[in-house]
Amino acid sequence: MDQSSLVSRDVAERLEALALPFNQYGMDPYGISKRHLGLFFTFLEVFYKHYFRVRCFGIDRVPATGPVMLVSNHSGGIPADGGMILASLFFDHNPPRLAHGMVEKFAQTWPFVSQWFSRMGQLPGLPEHAIRLLRDGRVLMVFPEGARGTGKLYKDRYHLVRFGTGFMRIALQTGTPIVPIAFIGGEEALPTIYHAKTLAKIFGAPYWPVPPYLVPMPLPLPCEIHFGEPLRFEGNGNEADHVIEGYVEQVRDAITRQITYGCAIHGQRRAGLPFDHLGERP
Amino acid sequence: MKILITGISGAHARMIAQKLAAAGHDVIGLDRRAWPNPPEGIRVFQADVRKRPAADVFRNERPEVVIHMATITHFSGSREERLRINLQGTRIVFEHCHEHGVKHAVFVGRHTIYGAAADAPLYRGEDEPPLAVTTFPELADLVAADLHACTALWRWPELKTTVLRLVYTLGPLHRGTLASFLAGPRVPMILGFDPLFQMMHDEDAADAVTLAVEKRLNGVFNVAGPPPVPLSVLCRGTHRQALPIPEPLFPHVIGRFGLPHLPPGAVSHIKYPIVVDAAAFRAATGFEHRHDAHAVMTSFRES
Repeated sequence: MDQSSLVSRDVAERLEALALPFNQYGMDPYGISKRHLGLFFTFLEVFYKHYFRVRCFGIDRVPATGPVMLVSNHSGGIPADGGMILASLFFDHNPPRLAHGMVEKFAQTWPFVSQWFSRMGQLPGLPEHAIRLLRDGRVLMVFPEGARGTGKLYKDRYHLVRFGTGFMRIALQTGTPIVPIAFIGGEEALPTIYHAKTLAKIFGAPYWPVPPYLVPMPLPLPCEIHFGEPLRFEGNGNEADHVIEGYVEQVRDAITRQITYGCAIHGQRRAGLPFDHLGERP
Repeated sequence: MKILITGISGAHARMIAQKLAAAGHDVIGLDRRAWPNPPEGIRVFQADVRKRPAADVFRNERPEVVIHMATITHFSGSREERLRINLQGTRIVFEHCHEHGVKHAVFVGRHTIYGAAADAPLYRGEDEPPLAVTTFPELADLVAADLHACTALWRWPELKTTVLRLVYTLGPLHRGTLASFLAGPRVPMILGFDPLFQMMHDEDAADAVTLAVEKRLNGVFNVAGPPPVPLSVLCRGTHRQALPIPEPLFPHVIGRFGLPHLPPGAVSHIKYPIVVDAAAFRAATGFEHRHDAHAVMTSFRES
């Protein structure tokens, strides 16, 4: 079967507008494949536009070119937020951009999974990859809460857990602006009430989310992505821990403000009330 | 200038020798194997680099530059033989360089010493550790030879030393690790994995080595051509049939059914990529590859 016929027209058009140096085989130097991107974004489009009905706020705050680090809260048991942020940059940003996520290293040993991650530019979470991508002017997607974020229980929803600090040193080292992001709706889409430790051990995963309806599959609830103003920090990445932690705290505060605003909008939207303008956006 | 090439009878070394001779250099060669009727401007001494006649060549000919290519990469010989030729041979050649007033020594090594691993960075710089000692233990002798050549940089500062780590070469010569891997009609892959392979044309590789000589580089440099392509694309581009094999079955079918023989450690190299960053070499020499990935695969396929 001709796989190009499976790619939606919108995806095909936006793929052409993607500023990646594809060669005659449709491959870029990081092993990203145009064909795989087409199939993946067509699949993702269904979830982005119809399943989660994602709305973006302030996506124009992401620069059209050059390096940028998207730093978001992490939630929802399974990291659907990563896929939706990826889709937002592709479907709702003009021109479309490809966000590179940093994948857990253990996923690289999984057949097929590792291959697809690689073809979509989702590289193992190594500082070397982050630095190289940013120096190449790419978009890096970071979740400083890591698995601690997606693993949090429903009762702790939208409370940010401890942030790692490695992203800040890399941002300083590469002179990259940080766009703080709040992903809203993920906590309700997959409300984790319990962690099945035995299942997690069997699958080699850090946790296994168990929602009230037992199957760890997100519900088709609306989600929003809020992009904050880009933050720029001065330094070279070799600053003392307390300086870095201070900068990280500023990013954390910016995300918290987006979450607070985003939760208010989310409530309006789910209640069927007007939600596009809810006071001044942070 | 007088240039000595060890291992000159190998296909890639011959190509380099001819380029250097055409550029007006006085080229001499050392090899256990014969090169009957070498072209004009090239003299070949049939001797083992580890033996006394080879020392006589250094003593009598007094080469200004030595390109050390007398290493073996195939696994048909014993491990001890590989170690003797690759490590001991490299040690002796560099000692001769030091003792007989050679001004510039070039070691032509391979990028495979970086090794392939799930948690390794995609692009390897020259300062990356050689993981192959654990991921592909059969390559330990080449890793040792490379690292030993690097020691000349601090042991004998007066001897300019260039350690080149070339990606796979492919093209009309049909020689080398990748060409052997692609020799048959079917190419084994590990089911569910499709790593990036980095290759360069035989001619581009020869140009890179000659550039390293002309620029008198001092240091360790990765050398690469076009951006990497997945193994599946490489198979299609060379008109080979990719045969994905579940990993548990791999040791039982390899070497049979027309598939190439591979040592156990090679599995990691067809599961995970080894891609190098060659920016330092390009910046130091101005090197630009002339053949893109399509041209490399086509020249291999059609010659």
